[in-house]
Amino acid sequence: MIEWFVAGLTLIGAAFMCLAALGVLRLPDLLTRMHATTKAATLGVSLVMLAVALHFAEEAVVARAFGIILFIMMTAPVAAHAIGRAGYFVGARLWDGTLKDELKPHYDPLSHRLDSGLDSERGDQADVSDREK
Amino acid sequence: MSTMVLISLAVMALALCLTFIRLFRGPSLPDRVVALELFSSILVGIIGVVAIAADVALLLDVAIVVALMGFMATIGFARFLERGGPRDD
Repeated sequence: MIEWFVAGLTLIGAAFMCLAALGVLRLPDLLTRMHATTKAATLGVSLVMLAVALHFAEEAVVARAFGIILFIMMTAPVAAHAIGRAGYFVGARLWDGTLKDELKPHYDPLSHRLDSGLDSERGDQADVSDREK
Repeated sequence: MSTMVLISLAVMALALCLTFIRLFRGPSLPDRVVALELFSSILVGIIGVVAIAADVALLLDVAIVVALMGFMATIGFARFLERGGPRDD
């Protein structure tokens, strides 16, 4: 009985990882590729580790497997945020079909400064740039 | 059980090949870093399946180390890219 669960979870996890790889190969730009890898690969690894925990069914192994799941779930968004931010600032080209780029009006690539989009802060920055002139 | 292991290892190997194509082609450095991160995630899955197949629970420690290395490498590359400023590669 448990064996069937293990087999099913492993196969579904492998399928999700293959889906993530397909996404990273086929999607058009950096941010959409990241959207495929972070979610699908995290789910795939979690399912495989669940299968490992079910297969061994010992306290130490189950704790380690859930530790891996927790670690992946905590680090994947952080890593994706860091590399997505770096990619945007380095100038990764967005897909031609992108409809909305909300960061663009608030980011100055020359001075590498972001404003928060609040009117008051924008006024402050305008004052600063006036004074610098 | 062994057919399950074989099928899932084959699917994951296919995933590794697809990721490698992106790693090879990837137009910019961030694309390659994303492919490398996916590489380490798939590797963690492969190690999990091998742990089931070989019945060796100790392999999970290797999986933890690989996951940690992938995360640190990604953060390191992100820092490296942001310090580098605008570039055309």
